[in-house]
Amino acid sequence: MAMTYSVTTRTGASSIAMIASLILVVVLVAAPAFASRGLIQDLFFILTMLTLAQFWNLLAGYGGLVSVGQQAFVGIGAYALYGAVILGGADPVLSILLAGLAALVLAVPTAYFAFRLQGAYFAIGTWVIAEVARLSVAQWQAVGGGTGTSLPRSALREIGAVNWIETAFDVRASAARDILTYWLALILAVATIAGIYWLLRSKAGLALAAVRDNTEAARSVGVDAGRMKWVVFLTSAFGTGLAGGLIYLQKARISPDAAFSVTDWTAYVIFIVVIGGIGTIEGPILGVLVFFALQSLLADYGSWYLMVLGLIGIAVMLFAPRGLWGLISERTGIQLFPVRRRLVGGALTQEET
Amino acid sequence: MIWLDTILQGVLLGGLYALFAAGLSLVFGIMRLVNLAHGDLIVFGAYMILIVVSVLGLHPFLAALVAAPVMFVFGWVLQKAVLNRTLGDDILPPLLVTFGLSIVLQNGLLEGFSADSQRISMGALETASVSVGPISAGVLPLMTFASAILVIVALNQLFYRTAIGRAFRATSDDPVTASLMGIRPDRVFATATAIAMLVVTIAALYLGTRANFDPNVGPARLIYAFEAVIIGGLGSLWGTLAGGIIIGVAQTLGAAINPEWQILAGHVAFLLVLLIRPRGLFPRGH
Repeated sequence: MAMTYSVTTRTGASSIAMIASLILVVVLVAAPAFASRGLIQDLFFILTMLTLAQFWNLLAGYGGLVSVGQQAFVGIGAYALYGAVILGGADPVLSILLAGLAALVLAVPTAYFAFRLQGAYFAIGTWVIAEVARLSVAQWQAVGGGTGTSLPRSALREIGAVNWIETAFDVRASAARDILTYWLALILAVATIAGIYWLLRSKAGLALAAVRDNTEAARSVGVDAGRMKWVVFLTSAFGTGLAGGLIYLQKARISPDAAFSVTDWTAYVIFIVVIGGIGTIEGPILGVLVFFALQSLLADYGSWYLMVLGLIGIAVMLFAPRGLWGLISERTGIQLFPVRRRLVGGALTQEET
Repeated sequence: MIWLDTILQGVLLGGLYALFAAGLSLVFGIMRLVNLAHGDLIVFGAYMILIVVSVLGLHPFLAALVAAPVMFVFGWVLQKAVLNRTLGDDILPPLLVTFGLSIVLQNGLLEGFSADSQRISMGALETASVSVGPISAGVLPLMTFASAILVIVALNQLFYRTAIGRAFRATSDDPVTASLMGIRPDRVFATATAIAMLVVTIAALYLGTRANFDPNVGPARLIYAFEAVIIGGLGSLWGTLAGGIIIGVAQTLGAAINPEWQILAGHVAFLLVLLIRPRGLFPRGH
């Protein structure tokens, strides 16, 4: 018998999860053919919040960088899109890429300032920069200043794909735009999860985990901790900016207070990640479903809803700091997106779970 | 002369920001905990004073005296029952729990008092002012500034002259060794937060009497407090006062040029200091 060893991260559950995810993605791609417009809008909300949550989780859960200023990148991305479409006459769909780039550009000075601050002070430092961005954008009169503006109808009508969807699904232009943005959100969410999963399984992911667990030890084996922080921060900013551009392309109306809202783009996102399980890919997915269920149940109660969300967040952090997914995976040992490397084959038996 | 007046108003405003910051600085100095709900706790205190004023019909200063022991006990219980559980090497739990607390407080106040802005009435004191030559200053802003100085002097005395201050410093330096000497860190932390809540009550009194407030103004106060602490340098209360004055002066100067630039100017001043002196103006040497 050959004594071959191999290193793998794959488990039985992860193989099943891969197949299930593929089926789910196929169903979601086909959803506009049978789902109502309301459902498509709900799915758009879930997918964009999931994308924001995955990027915040990459920052805080894997990079140890707790940012309370992600709304800066949502807002600047959204405003870059509006600026390009309204002032430059650019194609709205292509402008989403510009939204990501604008967030990336803002992330460089943000990181330069915020990395001078440690821990909790880093958190508030990012918040200050988000406030500076909000107040500065409110001075930008060409896109409506403090009161905001709308995307011109003509620009929205000229999107080629929308016309195609209108005839293919026999729907009106506004519904066709929802379908287009929904598909874009699906692409973004799937690419985000796949990209982060790939990153965590790569050499860079190993370095990232090492820095998070023990910075000094990681440095001693040659990991450049400072560089990893930059990579994670810029990646998250870019992805958050893309999501911001897409969210406001769908909304078609913007104001500085909404686009730079700490509640909508950071507090909700933090609760999604914390409730679901920080530091795992599965956590935000579970978290966004719980968040959406809570919102559907309690949204009519206004501020009670946010209070309940805050209390659940506190309780989870105190009594189950690894979140719902942490509880599930502790009990069952299941990991759908495993990143831990295991040695299999040869004379060694399979790891017992 | 108008510039001199603007700067004076800024300096006095800085006293208010130093009051916001002193409690934050105290708690951070002793247990390395940054309370993201600090601003909301100040607003909570302001509502408590408002209730005492309207229900018991007391003068706001007396109402603050009634609210102070309640806030003291609230701080003690909050630290002992909730925040102590979050302390440790991991920075996530304290941040996320206090962030959750901030959301709960804001929305609890919103539910209880609606989003209408409120003000604690001081009667004639609100508009009283004293003039020296061509410059005049409001009595209330002067009292705020004097209170800030008194609070800082009192906290420094407490820190360096009393047994509890010694326990604070010992626990801050090394909780394990301090506990060998018979100090119980969890109680020391609870006492520190309780004392911080007394400072919060004083800050709340001036927040509520000097301007309108509503349940959503907390996070902005947290940011000003934080900027004052960072500008001053961690661990120095007098530095925090200097930081508050810099933010205050930057804001009034910004507002004098264009009213929309008030808040932005404060933030820009903070970022400039961070750029030039990342450890603040008066860092405590380590």
